[in-house]
Amino acid sequence: MSANQNIGLLTNRSKVVSVKKMTFMERIYFPAIIKGFGITFSHLFKKKVTIQYPEVKRPIAEIYRGKHVLKRDDEGRERCTACGLCALACPAEAITMVAAERKPDEMHLYREEKYASVYEINNLRCIFCGLCEEACPKEAIFLTNTIVPSNYERSDFIYGKDVLVEPVDHRVDVSKRQTPEVLNFKKDKNQSHNI
Amino acid sequence: MMFSKYLFFILSFIAIYAALKVLISKSPMHSVLYLTLAFFAIAGHYILLNAQFLAVVHIIVYAGAIMVLFIYTVMLLNLNIQGEFPKTKLVNIASIIAGGLLMLTLIAVFKSYDMEVLTNPNYNQIGLVKTLGKVLFKDYFLPFELSSVLFLAAMVGAVMLGKKDIY
Amino acid sequence: MDGNYIIYKFVLASVILLISLVVAMYATLLERKIAGFFQDRLGPNRAGIYGIFQPLADGLKLFFKEEFMPGSADKFLYILGPSLTMMIALLTSAVIPWGDSLIFNGVEYSLQVADINVGVLYVFAILSIGVYGIMIGGWASNNKYALIGAVRAASQMISYELAMSMAIIAIVMMSGTLSLSEIVNQQHGFNWNIWYQPLGFVLFIVCAFAECNRAPFDLPECETELIGGYHTEYSSMKLGFYLFAEYINMFISSAMIATLYFGGYNFPFMDDLGLSHNALTIIGFFVFFLKISFFGFVFMWVRWTLPRFRYDQLMRLGWKNLLPLALVNVIITGFFIMLKHHS
Repeated sequence: MSANQNIGLLTNRSKVVSVKKMTFMERIYFPAIIKGFGITFSHLFKKKVTIQYPEVKRPIAEIYRGKHVLKRDDEGRERCTACGLCALACPAEAITMVAAERKPDEMHLYREEKYASVYEINNLRCIFCGLCEEACPKEAIFLTNTIVPSNYERSDFIYGKDVLVEPVDHRVDVSKRQTPEVLNFKKDKNQSHNI
Repeated sequence: MMFSKYLFFILSFIAIYAALKVLISKSPMHSVLYLTLAFFAIAGHYILLNAQFLAVVHIIVYAGAIMVLFIYTVMLLNLNIQGEFPKTKLVNIASIIAGGLLMLTLIAVFKSYDMEVLTNPNYNQIGLVKTLGKVLFKDYFLPFELSSVLFLAAMVGAVMLGKKDIY
Repeated sequence: MDGNYIIYKFVLASVILLISLVVAMYATLLERKIAGFFQDRLGPNRAGIYGIFQPLADGLKLFFKEEFMPGSADKFLYILGPSLTMMIALLTSAVIPWGDSLIFNGVEYSLQVADINVGVLYVFAILSIGVYGIMIGGWASNNKYALIGAVRAASQMISYELAMSMAIIAIVMMSGTLSLSEIVNQQHGFNWNIWYQPLGFVLFIVCAFAECNRAPFDLPECETELIGGYHTEYSSMKLGFYLFAEYINMFISSAMIATLYFGGYNFPFMDDLGLSHNALTIIGFFVFFLKISFFGFVFMWVRWTLPRFRYDQLMRLGWKNLLPLALVNVIITGFFIMLKHHS
């Protein structure tokens, strides 16, 4: 153990390679082969790891980081103010947006004076790290536990506002990931991201 | 008996056709394969003569071992039509003379050889394993054993050649 | 030769052909199932319950796939290759005694298509020409991977044939006959050859793996090095024939192992049951199939356990280990036969 730690090995399971001469029992190979047969045979009766996919689905965590959603507030107005912090935080540079000014007759559509007229996430670039969610000061963007489906065209992976903004009558529940602890964490002035 | 007569003619036709194709074929690979076909036809003839042992051994030795080695060599040599041996006039004349001489010799041999028709029923069994074994181990014991020792020596030699540290 | 006899032989040959094909078909399913189970998976289970229609689905797929022939291929030989492989694979089943005889109305019907007196040699002959299909196909594809696969197949099969023949020669020496039915009859009851020839059995089974091009000796088609080996350029049912022939070969090899070393259709205490001859024959037939299935399983078990050999290791094993061992086995057998004769 101590010797291994000295030379900086990650585990103590590595073996030193040697070219020692094999004994007779090792050279006829049969004991080793029989042992191998035993190992494979025992696997016949082991529990199978297969999940019968369309019938049985692997459970996805509530806070799984999947497809994005742009939230609305309680009155159904879009929360996003197109500040660009999410695009800045994004390590994969997957987010692009175009900002626009809210007209007086659009008060019921957008919460802030400035809003995103175009908001696109390229899901082929996205690494689903969740940094956009963390950076957002308006609690507008969230990741959800739905998986981004496959597509035939590359262009179909670029999701615009039509896909991302949640429907008014079909709200996405993010209470599991927007816990008070998370909100406190985001507002905490002692944390580096808020300095 | 009619059936075996027809079989004889069919097999003979295949054998002669294949033998001719060996010579005519442009690709050496085809030649080798036609030669194999000829061997199979000849094995069929052995079976017609009730010499099963000889037929099977013929297939094992010629079709199974020697011809496979031939194909092996042809495959590795990568012979093709472009790389054919150049045929000069001299070569042509020489081959005609050699072939004619061979034919003359064969005619001379077969002219003096009186084809003996075997009518003795005991001879029907001559190709079977039991009869053959008795002949080999009684009348031809010494040559048989000598040749088997020769093969054994060849086999052991092959194994020894495989060992690197022996020169 | 009356008409009845010809009909009986024809029916028997067809039935055995059919059985070989169906068994080979389901061997593909079994192989995939077993591979799955060995790797903690389930294997194919979508086509029918437990995937029993999977072979049909596979076959249908192979039939409907696009037929592709390389432009530079030798057309005739390219087609001849898989056909030969399939034909030769099916030929051996003619001499294997699938069971004793059935007696109807005082006429004895043997369950062996052809009881030729050189049965063992016939098997050798088929083995030795078995390489033709692979070599012709590999060469005709005009592809370097296929060619290398074919060359490997040829040298591998020639090398292992020798040791295999030597192993069988010991059996022939013991039995004093080349007829397979007599070899089986001599192993009546529990008097199996495996008790007398354990070394020969090990040699034979190792060589059988090599002759079938099965793992760990599947170098002619080794995917990691040669893509598909000799069948790289094949598609559709021609590829299917090659793959299918492998399973038929496996089935026939298992039958040969059971015949030569495990008493064929004989089973222990067969005389104490007090059953009629016909009943014994039918039970014996199923016992024989049980043995074949077991060895088929061993073939798959080995494939999913052992890693592939390197080519030089394969050659070294064949020539420097198996062949001398087989010679020693022959000498030991001869010695014991001599002792028996003099005592």
